[in-house]
Amino acid sequence: MKDYSQLLSRKAQELKPSGIRKFFDMLDSMTDVVALTVGQPDFVTPWHIREAGITSLEQGKTYYTSNAGLNEMRKEICSYLSRRFDLTYNENEIIVTVGGSEAIDIAFRAILNEGDEVIVPTPCFVCYDPLVKMAGGVPVPVVTEEKDNFKLTPEKLMSAITPKTKLLVMPFPNNPTGAIMTEDELSKIADILRNTDIMVLSDEIYAEMTYGGKKHVSIASLPDMRERTVVVNGFSKAYAMTGWRMGYTAAPQPITKQMLKLHQFAIMSAPTTSQFAAIEALKNGDSDIEYMVGEYDMRRRYLVDGLRALGIPCFEPEGAFYVFPNIGVFGMPSEEFCERLLYEGKVAIVPGTAFGECGEGFARISYAYSLAHIKEALERIEKFIKTL
Amino acid sequence: MNEILTLLENDCRLTPEQIAGICKKDVEEVKSTMRQLEKDGVILGYKALIDWDKTDREYVSAVIELKIAPQRDRGFDRFAERLINYPEVQSVHLMSGGFDIMLIIEGKTMKEVAYFVAYKLAPLESVVSTATHFVLKKYKDKGVIYKSDHKDERENIL
Repeated sequence: MKDYSQLLSRKAQELKPSGIRKFFDMLDSMTDVVALTVGQPDFVTPWHIREAGITSLEQGKTYYTSNAGLNEMRKEICSYLSRRFDLTYNENEIIVTVGGSEAIDIAFRAILNEGDEVIVPTPCFVCYDPLVKMAGGVPVPVVTEEKDNFKLTPEKLMSAITPKTKLLVMPFPNNPTGAIMTEDELSKIADILRNTDIMVLSDEIYAEMTYGGKKHVSIASLPDMRERTVVVNGFSKAYAMTGWRMGYTAAPQPITKQMLKLHQFAIMSAPTTSQFAAIEALKNGDSDIEYMVGEYDMRRRYLVDGLRALGIPCFEPEGAFYVFPNIGVFGMPSEEFCERLLYEGKVAIVPGTAFGECGEGFARISYAYSLAHIKEALERIEKFIKTL
Repeated sequence: MNEILTLLENDCRLTPEQIAGICKKDVEEVKSTMRQLEKDGVILGYKALIDWDKTDREYVSAVIELKIAPQRDRGFDRFAERLINYPEVQSVHLMSGGFDIMLIIEGKTMKEVAYFVAYKLAPLESVVSTATHFVLKKYKDKGVIYKSDHKDERENIL
């Protein structure tokens, strides 16, 4: 047998597998569990969007598109970004990607040189760290804290900047904490960046999921920020289109030019059927977003209220579809709490440590589930914590 | 108020405490709103939605189209008010289009429904004609999909 460790990429081998996999394997082996673990909408893609995909197949539109994506699609993305987030781009500054994940990957690879530092507010989605490393960069985690409502503070950003800092990742609205950044808070971050060459990757995949009257603000819409920012967005969360794998980047031409090369050599073009469906979403999907966000908001309030009623301190999330309660009150590590809740209480939630060591003491609970499902979970959690 | 109604329409077992949590309202306020809505006849009942096909209960339902002769001064109201008294009658709707009244009837057997139409409905004075359509299978009712094996197919991914 060959010694593969000598044959394969050292960098790839050094990447840690996602810590949460073990937990999901345990979950998969059990029955009668009420899971609140899934990070994707429980809604099915609205019918008119699915139908547009089906129609494109019926019409035989099964070819590649141009590398950057259908022209109509990119035009509609520009109109959407302007309509919803006050962002101005032209279609030559858009690349349609295979989900937001590919968009993040090509942005890192287009921007980073070996040894460049990338500031990553944590806890956060698990892909930034490994993708930065594969692009030759060095992730510099900055811990956001509950006392700051899990926001990136100017002080924390300042303390993480070194002469090697190349890029700041802005993962807001945040998975797993549900934190958002307001225009005021972003302005303070922008003030720090303005006189530097630090670029920004703004991952806005949850941009439509904000609550309590707080609209998402893109850092790229602030003065002088557009020129240094890659906006990443997509259709998975806003339109419940996870399986269609549709994302995009919006960035100034010189950045887009480099990213497009990486995209065209690795991917060619994003799936054509999905692009036709996405065009319909952009043209006629605003009311679907409003409906789904209204539903999420009800569940959010129900879940936060329910957890607090059980004596579990819970930061009020204002975005995405997760709550990030403080389970430190039970005096055991997050993983142990979640494992016991799984085996004894038959409820699955994700230990906060899956999103970085700083997630210790917390757990991520998804409310991309029906109210009835969440209700059942809360009843089980109540029973379980009474046994502790 | 509409938020409370929407919540109850989806799940009438939600308690006032839970509704208060969702709507960020005071529990007492929710309770008194619900009482008022019941009193005003906005909330008419709290019923379960049951797929009887999954039980051993003998059961059949039919949609009946009725053409009737309206009565002086009362239009269709008097006739409709008479129909609602039959326990077999589940719904009564006044319709636009090719017929006047649509009934949904439930009975134990087709024979029972046929008997109702032939011996109770058709002889009524104002009835001009009837057309009975038996329901073969329900796929969706009151916004709920009748599916035997509904399960969450989303997979955990990270």
